[in-house]
Amino acid sequence: MARKSHVQTTINGEAVEFLCEPRQSLLEVLRDELHLTGAKEGCNNGNCGACSVILDGRLVNSCLVLGVETDGKSVETIEGLADPDKLHPIQDAFLENAALQCGICTPGFIISAKALLDQNPNPTEHEVRYWLAGNLCRCTGYDKIVRAVLDAAAAT
Amino acid sequence: MPVVAIPALMRNLTDGEDSVTIPGATIREVIDNLETRYPGTKAKLCDGDRIHPSIGVYINGVVTRVGMHARVDADAELHFLPAIGGGVVSD
Amino acid sequence: MSEKKEYKVIGTRPIRHDGVDKVTGRAIYGADFQITGLLHGRVLRSPHAHARIVSIDTSRAEAHPGVKGVVTAQDLPEAEDKIADLGEGAVSLKYLCDNILASDKALYKGHAIAAVAATDPHIAEEACELIDVEYEVLPPVLEVRAAMEPDAPIIHENIRTSSLGETGDKPSNVASHIQFKKGDIEKGFDEADIVIEREFVTGTVHQGYIEPHNATALYNPDGQLTVWCSTQGAFTVREQLAEILQYPISKIKVVPLEIGGGFGGKINVYIKPVAALLAKKTGKPVKVLMNRADVFEGTGPTPASYITVKMGATKDGKITAAQTSMAFEAGAYPGSPVGAGAMCIFAPYNTENVLIDGYDVVVNKPKTAPYRAPGATNAAFGSETVIDELAEELNIDPLEIRLMNGAKEGDHRADGPVFPRIGFIETVEAAKSHPHYTAPNGKKHHGRGVASGFWFNIGLESSVTINVNPDGTVNLVEGSTDIGGTRASIAMQAAEVLGIPAESVNPTVVDTNSIGYTAVTGGSRTTYATGYAAYEAAQDVVRQMIERAAKLWDVDEANVQFTDGEFSSINGKEEQISFRDLSARLGETGGPVVGRATMNPAGAGGAFATHVVDVAVDEETGKVEILRYTATQDAGKAIHPSYVEGQIQGGVVQGIGWALNEEYIYNDEGEMTNASFLDYRMPTCLDLPMIDAVIVEVPNPGHPYGVRGVGEVPIVPPPAAIANAIYDAVGIRMTELPMSPDRLLKAMGKI
Repeated sequence: MARKSHVQTTINGEAVEFLCEPRQSLLEVLRDELHLTGAKEGCNNGNCGACSVILDGRLVNSCLVLGVETDGKSVETIEGLADPDKLHPIQDAFLENAALQCGICTPGFIISAKALLDQNPNPTEHEVRYWLAGNLCRCTGYDKIVRAVLDAAAAT
Repeated sequence: MPVVAIPALMRNLTDGEDSVTIPGATIREVIDNLETRYPGTKAKLCDGDRIHPSIGVYINGVVTRVGMHARVDADAELHFLPAIGGGVVSD
Repeated sequence: MSEKKEYKVIGTRPIRHDGVDKVTGRAIYGADFQITGLLHGRVLRSPHAHARIVSIDTSRAEAHPGVKGVVTAQDLPEAEDKIADLGEGAVSLKYLCDNILASDKALYKGHAIAAVAATDPHIAEEACELIDVEYEVLPPVLEVRAAMEPDAPIIHENIRTSSLGETGDKPSNVASHIQFKKGDIEKGFDEADIVIEREFVTGTVHQGYIEPHNATALYNPDGQLTVWCSTQGAFTVREQLAEILQYPISKIKVVPLEIGGGFGGKINVYIKPVAALLAKKTGKPVKVLMNRADVFEGTGPTPASYITVKMGATKDGKITAAQTSMAFEAGAYPGSPVGAGAMCIFAPYNTENVLIDGYDVVVNKPKTAPYRAPGATNAAFGSETVIDELAEELNIDPLEIRLMNGAKEGDHRADGPVFPRIGFIETVEAAKSHPHYTAPNGKKHHGRGVASGFWFNIGLESSVTINVNPDGTVNLVEGSTDIGGTRASIAMQAAEVLGIPAESVNPTVVDTNSIGYTAVTGGSRTTYATGYAAYEAAQDVVRQMIERAAKLWDVDEANVQFTDGEFSSINGKEEQISFRDLSARLGETGGPVVGRATMNPAGAGGAFATHVVDVAVDEETGKVEILRYTATQDAGKAIHPSYVEGQIQGGVVQGIGWALNEEYIYNDEGEMTNASFLDYRMPTCLDLPMIDAVIVEVPNPGHPYGVRGVGEVPIVPPPAAIANAIYDAVGIRMTELPMSPDRLLKAMGKI
């Protein structure tokens, strides 16, 4: 086992320090070290998007980022989206549109949608579909997810 | 009397008949009477004293959940087909 | 059951009860579970598709720092010649156990051989590489027709073909043969003016749930085994563990955590017994997770198949005869869904003369598992394509030929039983009158296709208890895993009975120690059967509350009625109290009220669907684009229409993936060469248009609100509908799935 590194980062606006092995992905660190299990492992090779987080404003698959790479950076995860007494408009739109079934891909889709709306507040349906093509959902057929993101864009 | 549809692979035991009328007020009575008229049929449908777990018994188009105990109307139509489980068919 | 009844809750679209947990990342899925002292397990899998295991040496792995235990098939109880009863049918215990950890032979690449528990998942993975397994590699059998050849290598020496109890006299890869026969098939073809016979091949596809399998197991020193996992049915996990481990059911508790998709693939157990064995060996809790390649290579796909279909019709479109032979790959052990496929293939059509043969065939691929309407999609690809061809040859509209021959109440299904009230015709009419069907579609290489589908749906056991709270809300306790919003659809049925809002019912899915037996979430049964149990449990609450009101008012129970959430006194005293107000007075009238019901309902009713699809075929690349999709389906009564639409849309898209891209690609050695989400290409949202889900409601007489299961049938029509649309676009009949660009280019003579 390699010696653990000391990493100082910001997660959902809070300063966080952790120890991790160089081989541990950000996804492993979030889930196993920090117990932030909202990001899910679906494939562990960047093809499903269930582990999506925002790293310094950029959408990434946390399974493809090493924990040590986040030193000095800022990470946004699904756990940081809602206010204590109010959901984020994208979360509300997912609930109102019934845009989830099993829910395993939902945190990844919501984070991806947030990254899209942060840079393009009024996307077309095609732009939504293009942007979300890196997130797999096997339950919904995507129809209600796309509608939810369009609704969230219209609401904000 | 209840009408029993004979499964295709059992018709060698019923002189080729695909459908026979058999007396009985329960599935158990019908199967016992079928066995009396066509020996060997009960062993195909039952595992000891219960319906074979791989077989579903349909009474008038509806699968019964109580096997041998199910009551049978005088004009009932019975089928013995592969059982369908939770999306599974046992063979 | 009253038709046209006004409902207050049913048919509305409340926010699902577990929704906030799931959009905030707080819901705990199987892999999210944590417990102090946890070890991590990893399974070593066979690199060969067919091999005899000569020896396994685990000593180097055991000596690796951080390793706490290693298990092999030697750690499983002796299984030879025992029969396991899983409630839904008898299976060989040896097959069941051998699929968990191979004892004598590895039967597919990815077959579990041994497993390690270590302090860290990476150490467990390293240790797997230190297990020395000596194999004698055998020739693999990889395709159903090859497996049926008389000189094919034999996978199981003890398998003889069984036909309703008769067994063959020599070893065979054909585990069983089934047959359905109705009328006189020869006479039927003689009466036909046109006969069409085609053969079809479908590939191996996976359920493709996004969450890999997972399990955490713990043995207490008193012998109590607890397993936390995601599963479609905690009770079936308990049964399988009891059989595989030969351990008393009373000592096993299965705790179902949230589940990330199943589609039939999370009924059979794989790593749950392995976690239990590792927990027993180490005395610690052990979590075992699969990775994506493990899921593809080590868990049930759905069968590849070879199907011939021959159908005859008169000039005016009446189908006079229908014949098929269906051979399904069971995978490494017997038990494909060929029986279900055989019972579904001609079910939508009222045909006098039918002959159906089905074969369950073992091959060196993972043991297949159910996948959404198992067997029916393979079957419909054949029958619905041939019907399209009949319609074309006879110059009859393809929906019209379905209306002319479509099954109705009182008709007999091809495999025999009489249909109760069903809604097949209504789905065809809904498709025909939908604007999509008459919209212009004349562009070059654009085409439109239709197809229909049938699935049985099932009932099976469900248990529900309802505890009344003093504020007029209720806690509903149930045992059905919620994969797609069934907490809501079950709670809504209780709310309707009690006259309270959906939000006033708090549904909870509990472990196997906390509720009566409940069968799997599968067979499109949950909203139907567990919903029915919730309805009955709520009726039980009402009965008890009527007693309380009677006590309160000192009147006879017969003089209390309950309507619209209000109890009132009739025949005398003018008294009235709401459900909510009476809930606050339970203490003074006799104590808590707990309603309960168990169900095993028989009248699940059948589900039918009819789909219309427009495609564009790119002549240069062979790529098929889905331009527009409309799916009509009989839901009986849609409890929560949004989640019914969601089931339809999701099923359609899985069917589109099966039709166009998804398949296991094998090399000659029997290795799957595309075991990742990059190379096993499931549809993304960029591949699709919106899916128009049209709910038709023909109430099911077997349910108090008329519910029919909706989950499975939407996957059945898409491959045939798309094949028919491709034909309309480019004039080529595709008979092999998937209809991927390379196959299409070949069929068009471009490569």
